[in-house]
Amino acid sequence: MSAFRHTLMGRLLADPLAVFAMAIIALLVVSALLADVIAPHDPSAMNLADRFASPSATYWMGTDNLGRDTFSRLLQGGRIALYVALTAVSIAGLIGLILGMLAGFGPRWLDNALLFFFDTLRAYPTIILALALAALMPRGLGTVIIVVVITSFAEYGRVVRTQTLSLKNAEFILAERAMGASFARIVFHHILPNVLGPFFILAAMNLPVVITIEAGMSFLGIGVPPGTPSWGATLKDGFDYIRTTPWILLSGGLPLILATLGFTFLGEALRDQLDPRLRKTR
Amino acid sequence: MSEALKVEDLSVHYDTREGALQALRDVSITVPEGGIVGVVGESGCGKSTLINALLQLLPENATIPAGRITLQGEDVTRAGTRRLRQMRGQEISVVFQDPMTSLNPVLSIGRQMRDIQYRQQGSRAAKDSRSAAMLGRVGIPDPVGKLAAYPHELSGGMRQRVAIAMAALMRPRVLIADEPTTALDATLEVQIIELLKELQQEIGCAILFISHHLGVIAELCDRVVVMYAGVAVEEGPVADVFLRPGHPYTIKLIECDPGKLKEKVTDLPSIPGSLPDLTDPPAGCIFRPRCDRATEICATPPPRKGLNGAHWAACHHAKVDKA
Ligand SMILES: Nc1ncnc2c1ncn2[C@@H]1O[C@H](COP(=O)(O)OP(=O)(O)O)[C@@H](O)[C@H]1O
Ligand code: SF4
Ligand SMILES: [Mg+2]
Repeated sequence: MSAFRHTLMGRLLADPLAVFAMAIIALLVVSALLADVIAPHDPSAMNLADRFASPSATYWMGTDNLGRDTFSRLLQGGRIALYVALTAVSIAGLIGLILGMLAGFGPRWLDNALLFFFDTLRAYPTIILALALAALMPRGLGTVIIVVVITSFAEYGRVVRTQTLSLKNAEFILAERAMGASFARIVFHHILPNVLGPFFILAAMNLPVVITIEAGMSFLGIGVPPGTPSWGATLKDGFDYIRTTPWILLSGGLPLILATLGFTFLGEALRDQLDPRLRKTR
Repeated sequence: MSEALKVEDLSVHYDTREGALQALRDVSITVPEGGIVGVVGESGCGKSTLINALLQLLPENATIPAGRITLQGEDVTRAGTRRLRQMRGQEISVVFQDPMTSLNPVLSIGRQMRDIQYRQQGSRAAKDSRSAAMLGRVGIPDPVGKLAAYPHELSGGMRQRVAIAMAALMRPRVLIADEPTTALDATLEVQIIELLKELQQEIGCAILFISHHLGVIAELCDRVVVMYAGVAVEEGPVADVFLRPGHPYTIKLIECDPGKLKEKVTDLPSIPGSLPDLTDPPAGCIFRPRCDRATEICATPPPRKGLNGAHWAACHHAKVDKA
């Protein structure tokens, strides 16, 4: 028990904000995984007799312009949102982590070259780059993931580089080298654990951003293929019929809000718990 | 007695925008097997440069235009990267000035101490018990429990003990201590000095002790080297140098505040004037711009004048001891 209290999970469970965040995230993940089981209707089944139905016992969140059950569609959309977010953040994060440590710990010329590269990429607004790439590539989740990776890995790279750089001349790194530690040993045993904290915080904070980008691209019609259930597609429908049936838009926004709250709070809780200096003493 | 560490006519230059900065010029220091030698000098005189040169961890812009550094008879300036890595830790190890920053903040004490034993054989448990034993040896209460602690959970004095324990765990032949007590208060300082003395006896290593606290050097060391602006200006047995200093710089240091030798001070006494520009050092004696005994002859390089036995000062006007 007392050992568990000192693990990261143990400490997170002692933090009300973290518990709240993890509850929301668990809700989203479980509902996405079990979407097929939970969904009261087939998310693609059109029921033209019940178009624009108001929320009821049959259709918990009403139906859309084609009479499809919004709640069932949002459950399926959650799968896509989480899949895109986790894949894109993992790939972008890994690239950023490696390039950032190389820039921070490698020779000066490499640092300058990588910084220039990061800044160039960050200078493009995500949505413009998304539109440009979408014009070149087939419409689909692969394109969404590539757009997110290209527009976001530089941010991880920047953060990791700054962290690495501040550690490079830290006395404990010099002390390690003075004890005969190799380059790999220093990078993996000493730099990496120090940069992982800020890295995971950034990743957690970025997940809802990626979910929003997927929704935004689907909203603009450059995300998921037409007909695929997606939070962004539901928002788009809701937007088109906002005057007559506002609940489509409201229902479509709800999971986005939950995802943003959940991952942002988790990021903040991680920030408090991952840095042993900020941690309350036992 | 053979030498554990021998520095011969070592010069180190840094490449800067203003030209070559001569951080060390013809410095020679000998630390005998099992001996304790002190290096004293104000900030900027090249103490860190000296340590980094000994470890061959100088920054990229540094060059060694001349000199030899031999550790246990082996020239480190010629050793390959692999051999150097072996020597660091096994033959030479360091306790740094600031125990706040010389330990990794996000790893537990136990993990860091286990990590540095990666060359040794043995299970995790065996390494941990070796770590705990060493923590106990350096006077840390509840050593086994402390293995799980993080650096920020310990006080400055405790952290410095951990740093010493880590250095001692490697059982080096030469231990370098880079102002290890500067960040500590007087009582702790005495304890750390005592601890270093004891460990030196037990491990049988030699110590190169860098400090700008004259009193600590007097307390701990057999010999002392006085450095000024990258030059060794005086050297000798501690008693001779402090009681009968030969170089005007050393005389100033001691005269400025006779209490220095006893009281705990964080800085060397201030002497009028400032350090010379090391990219364009004065010709002749490096101390000339600040020296009130300077005469014409001081524009030529001063010889190392033997004063009494192994005590010398690099000054034209140094007087040979009558005693
Ligand atoms: N990387 C570097 N590049 C240029 N000059 C340096 C560098 N490191 C130290 N110096 C200069 O070398 C001199 C000696 O510095 P240092 O060895 O750090 O002295 P100390 O440790 O005694 O304070 C100082 O004038 C300092 O400004
Ligand atoms: S050589 Fe001359 S200038 Fe240098 S310390 Fe001696 S007296 Fe002073
Ligand atoms: Mg220094």
